[in-house]
Amino acid sequence: MDGAKPLNLRDSRAVSHALEAENLQLWRGERQVLRGVGFSLAGGECLQVRGANGAGKTTLLRAACGLLYPEAGRILWDGTDVRADPAAYHARLLYIGHEPPLKPDLSALENLRFWIGVRQPVERSVMQAALERVGADRWSTRAVRTLSAGQRRRVALAALALLAVPLWLLDEPTTNLDAEGQQLVGNLIEEQLVRGGLVVAAGHQELPVSAARVRRLELPLE
Amino acid sequence: MSSARTAAVQPVAPHLDASGWPASPVGTPALAAARLALLRDLTLAFRRRGELIQPLAFFAIVTTLFPLAVSPELSRLREIAPGVLWVAALLASLLALEFLFRDDAHDGTLEQYSLSGQSLAWLLLAKTAAHWLLTGLPLALIAPLAAEALGVSGTGLAGVVASVAVGTVALSLIGSISAALTLGIRRSGVLLSLLTLPLSLPVLIFGARATELAIRGLPFTAPLELLAALAVLGITLAPLAAAAAVRISLE
Repeated sequence: MDGAKPLNLRDSRAVSHALEAENLQLWRGERQVLRGVGFSLAGGECLQVRGANGAGKTTLLRAACGLLYPEAGRILWDGTDVRADPAAYHARLLYIGHEPPLKPDLSALENLRFWIGVRQPVERSVMQAALERVGADRWSTRAVRTLSAGQRRRVALAALALLAVPLWLLDEPTTNLDAEGQQLVGNLIEEQLVRGGLVVAAGHQELPVSAARVRRLELPLE
Repeated sequence: MSSARTAAVQPVAPHLDASGWPASPVGTPALAAARLALLRDLTLAFRRRGELIQPLAFFAIVTTLFPLAVSPELSRLREIAPGVLWVAALLASLLALEFLFRDDAHDGTLEQYSLSGQSLAWLLLAKTAAHWLLTGLPLALIAPLAAEALGVSGTGLAGVVASVAVGTVALSLIGSISAALTLGIRRSGVLLSLLTLPLSLPVLIFGARATELAIRGLPFTAPLELLAALAVLGITLAPLAAAAAVRISLE
């Protein structure tokens, strides 16, 4: 970061982003969900979080994006605590929970326009292209209420293709998707990793991503 | 799903940081983001027009109950008109309050807002503005009709519209705090009223006073200015409190 702004994407890969979690402890009521969880992830790496139901996968993801405050431990983005400047950290991540954040009364296009548009200006044609990429272009103007769970999931995946942020936090990204859809998730993640992005994904299913880039974190149950 | 399509979707990043990612990932200016949040709520509301009319119908019915219950004598009705109009407006605006953040909390919209990198308070202010446009403003516009039914003559009607319009701004903002505070509670309707009504007392007092003076044909700017002061205080402070409460409810 010597002041000169790199113009070429490929040359600028020298400096990579990094996400670290140190000794996270988090209680929900009387129950301790996270017991000293830690990981470190560099650009181009995907962390697959696994564990039984109730092991705290979602909790870990929500803590990692700063929605939950752990009782102990900290999360570092590029070496600085994310609590120092939450807005700057949030602007660099995209979190998709296990329910896609879509309004049933709006169409897929409208949903993306409002969801992504609040963060980055998007053209309709670009949104259309993103929906085409995730195989959702045929129902892009139908109310989301009328779509199946898998179709909704695909609409939410279009956000991944639209938003240029280095960190993705995905809760069960392949749920409700058919085989082709799961492969699509794998391709999207793979592309993000090639760009030098970081992905944290929770889920039971094996992600269709090349094993060399995947790191694993197993959460114990109690 | 060919690779040719992939190229079209690649996000274009004009200013890049040292790692090749957009240096300032929040590309949407704050004003444009608020406009989108406002537009979104208006679009959603017009998809469910039936729900829009409910508070208005409630207001109209409550105000027409008084001539039936008290007395059809216009002179007596004119006496109680300010109080009737304001209590009815307060209760009507309370009706819609429960849904201000409820749906957005359920479907993860508030989560996405708080993770957008934009100021959550700013986006909630936009949501509250949409709420006022959908409840406060229509209430102000039909208030003259209700006032007419209560025997108020033509000259006082402008004052009725002005005081209800300004007063409901303050009510929406006060309500946004309690709506955010009660997000985590399942049946929050009654608690919401219990929290909001005491805080709304200043608005009720000055609003009813302005309306009363307007009906009598006296200058009503003093209480109207106090109402406006409350609204400005609400605009500056309420979104911050609501944002803090929403953050807690997301935990």
